[in-house]
Amino acid sequence: MATMFARPEALTANPFHYCPGCTHGVIHRLVAEVIDELGIRENTVAVASVGCSVLAYNYFNVDVQQAAHGRAPAVATGIKRVLPDRVVFTYQGDGDLASIGTAEIVHAAARGEKITVIFVNNANYGMTGGQLAPTTLPGQVTTTSPSGRDVTRAGYPIRMVEMLATLDGPAYLARASVHNPAQVVKAKKMLRRAFEVQMQGLGFALVEVLSSCPTNWGLKPVEALRWLEKNMLPYYPTGEFKCLQQAV
Amino acid sequence: MAERGKTAIDRERCKGCGLCAAFCPRGIISLAPEINSRGYHPAVVTDPGACTGCARCARMCPDVVIMVERVEAA
Ligand SMILES: Cc1ncc(C[n+]2csc(CCOP(=O)(O)OP(=O)(O)O)c2C)c(N)n1
Ligand code: SF4
Ligand code: SF4
Ligand code: SF4
Ligand SMILES: [Mg+2]
Repeated sequence: MATMFARPEALTANPFHYCPGCTHGVIHRLVAEVIDELGIRENTVAVASVGCSVLAYNYFNVDVQQAAHGRAPAVATGIKRVLPDRVVFTYQGDGDLASIGTAEIVHAAARGEKITVIFVNNANYGMTGGQLAPTTLPGQVTTTSPSGRDVTRAGYPIRMVEMLATLDGPAYLARASVHNPAQVVKAKKMLRRAFEVQMQGLGFALVEVLSSCPTNWGLKPVEALRWLEKNMLPYYPTGEFKCLQQAV
Repeated sequence: MAERGKTAIDRERCKGCGLCAAFCPRGIISLAPEINSRGYHPAVVTDPGACTGCARCARMCPDVVIMVERVEAA
């Protein structure tokens, strides 16, 4: 009898508080599996952000520091510079990273900080009730864009990975999705690479993961994944955008 | 020699989201009519003998409440 699937050690036993079908849970698990596989659980420090994943410190079975909204890359910079032998990662939503925290993420990437960033894009501010985020799609209905995002007034969604790829600092930039089992497997490979890049000292690494928010999208969990595939993927293509193999 | 799987779903921690059921290639997972102590209809494997142990259900479960083992069937 072979174990095909078991709960990773890098997750605590606490049940997630996330809504039914919310893929924050899938992404937590993938990060934990990667930490287990790389054998870095005792050597990893997570930096939690503000958003639905604000309680991530209850779930990742590693040392965790909670950062103010958007500031996780700055906090992670400090931790990594003081404790360079630790593996340091942030876990941030799109409101956190692409809105209030835009300055922190851009400059951490530009400085080439040797940290790993997990960027969960669910195209809205989930925690606060589904408001428009910089990543909300054109025409997408949110509580603050009840007639759909009007780009003439609210501007266009930001593709963070493509934008950061114009910088010389990042060593690894990728976008993944978790809308079906095959994508989940691919997402895990990218997350793993984003940790390896840090361990090899190559520089800044970020993986954006397209994620569902069934509650605020007003969809059942399965429908939410279909919505993600149909609407988010065309705007946010998956793939590796930067992949250094050795230090420059 | 066919490969057989064995899944264990923690009914009390299941949130009844149905992602496992939607992605099981054998179509052998459904949500129970009864509810667990948190008020969710938990997922159940209706035909355990047909499970291949592919673990697609577990990979999609956001609450990490599915365990999968694979057994060699004679
Ligand atoms: C300084 C500050 N401003 C605003 C807020 C309110 N706030 C809490 S979470 C959040 C947005 C979270 O959205 P996101 O980062 O996309 O995470 P999600 O919940 O969608 O996973 C905001 C604006 C706050 N907590 N602190
Ligand atoms: S509000 Fe959205 S992002 Fe937050 S836990 Fe619920 S489904 Fe997930
Ligand atoms: S392991 Fe595969 S076949 Fe068995 S219940 Fe899960 S998805 Fe279905
Ligand atoms: S995916 Fe997990 S939480 Fe959702 S119904 Fe299946 S076992 Fe329950
Ligand atoms: Mg969000």
